[in-house]
Amino acid sequence: MNNTIVSYLSQFESYKGLLESFSSMFGEAGPGLLTFLVFLIGCILVVTVLATIGGLGTYAERKISADMQARMGPNRVGPYGLLQFLADGVKMFLKEDLIPNKADKFIFGLAPLLALVGVFGTLAVLPFSSGFTLANLNVGVFYLIGIGSLVGVAIFLGGYASNSKWSMLGGMRGASQIISYEIPVVLSLMAIVLMSGSLNFGGLVGAQGGLPQEWFIFHNPFTFIGFFVFFIGALAETNRAPFDLPEAESELVSGYHTEYSGMRFAFFALAEYIEVFVVCGVGAAAFLGGYNVPLNLGGEGILGQVLQILVFFGKTLALYYLVIMIRWTYPRLRVDQLMTLCWKYLTPMAIFNLIGCALWIYLLDGKSVWDMLAAFVGSMGTGGGH
Amino acid sequence: MEATYSLDVYTPVVILLFLGAITVVAALLLGKLVRPHNPSESKNTPYECGEQPVGSAWSFFNMRFYVIGLIFIIFDVESALMFPVAVVFKKMNEIGRGGLVLVEIMIFLSVLISGIAYCWRKGDLDWVKSYVPGKDTSNK
Repeated sequence: MNNTIVSYLSQFESYKGLLESFSSMFGEAGPGLLTFLVFLIGCILVVTVLATIGGLGTYAERKISADMQARMGPNRVGPYGLLQFLADGVKMFLKEDLIPNKADKFIFGLAPLLALVGVFGTLAVLPFSSGFTLANLNVGVFYLIGIGSLVGVAIFLGGYASNSKWSMLGGMRGASQIISYEIPVVLSLMAIVLMSGSLNFGGLVGAQGGLPQEWFIFHNPFTFIGFFVFFIGALAETNRAPFDLPEAESELVSGYHTEYSGMRFAFFALAEYIEVFVVCGVGAAAFLGGYNVPLNLGGEGILGQVLQILVFFGKTLALYYLVIMIRWTYPRLRVDQLMTLCWKYLTPMAIFNLIGCALWIYLLDGKSVWDMLAAFVGSMGTGGGH
Repeated sequence: MEATYSLDVYTPVVILLFLGAITVVAALLLGKLVRPHNPSESKNTPYECGEQPVGSAWSFFNMRFYVIGLIFIIFDVESALMFPVAVVFKKMNEIGRGGLVLVEIMIFLSVLISGIAYCWRKGDLDWVKSYVPGKDTSNK
């Protein structure tokens, strides 16, 4: 079983050769050092790719919104304006770093750090392919939910520490919104944990197949509703419109990051865009079959792994596109509507789904709708023979 | 565990957390070399659309957020406790003990459901509480 990227790599001959040379060079510490190096390279690779995707996310957001509003969007920097996010990054790097006089300076500096640390932490369990998962923790889902909540803490602390009224309102709204929507998200993920009987992402994805009828979303009616509960909750947890109340630009100036400028603001924005990708990735892994390639084309070899990574990124980016489309389609909710939607609709629905899934496994042995349909058609066929 | 496996599975987690912290600190320290630094009194006041800020933002805040926080804690602890039960359910079902675990799940969920029903009835889930003259809504 592939627990980490290291245990995947260790099946190759060249890795074993490398291991031997490390052992002869550093003695006892050799294997540990090599493992650490592989982890370090893997982590840096994932962070770099995801930061680029986060940057391109801001570009995609502006380009898609421009498309939907019959404008051009960014088109000056690089081909089709593709390098716009780099230009923005350089600009923010050169901006003056302002900290309000009355702010709590320590917490003010801590907040963007917490946001980025929380988001980077979630990357450890994101299942890119069966071999290339940084750490397939046995408590993966639990860990992801836990470390992802750091972003909520960061948003609240950022709003609180600024000592500005807009920030305070935004931070308070952010905190209450993120913790409220945590419940439906956790409960719908728990339904998937029930179905697969495992908390690690490898197990979740392994319990599904490559073709749509083998995905958990189409497994039974409850998981189908569960996906939408999860997706709506995830939108709210990442503060994406129509749930962008913490930074509602037309009422709160800029919400919890009103007082942030330059790089500190950039880290909040980067954290948000990477978090959207992570949430989409979790949705793709838990409900949409994850990295499973149709017709079992994705094997253990290098080519199979590349196919798996492509499939995972395809599904995730499709969800990402949907998130951006939703932002530019729907108007923002009011605070009271937000709370009503969460506590009076999504949470009861998620509990109902959980009971439904539990009963489905108990009464129907966890067969999917398609299995039963196939069995039914089969019995009709034999019945017709009489 | 294999022989090559001499570091913990949680190593990438630690590395990633450090990477996040290092990125922020390094970018801010490096930026110090190139960015301007001309603070002034008006630049460092909190932004209130050009008005002079009156008082601090750290003042009394609406009680509703506190209630939401309390409800969240109850629900979150409950769901954290439910995860172990959820994980073993499928395996127990395969060896024919699914009914037992199902009953356990139902016990957990009934506590959750009664909790949400209580809060709903109590009016804690209503963001805007309407005031009806002559009717005491504070102690329903």
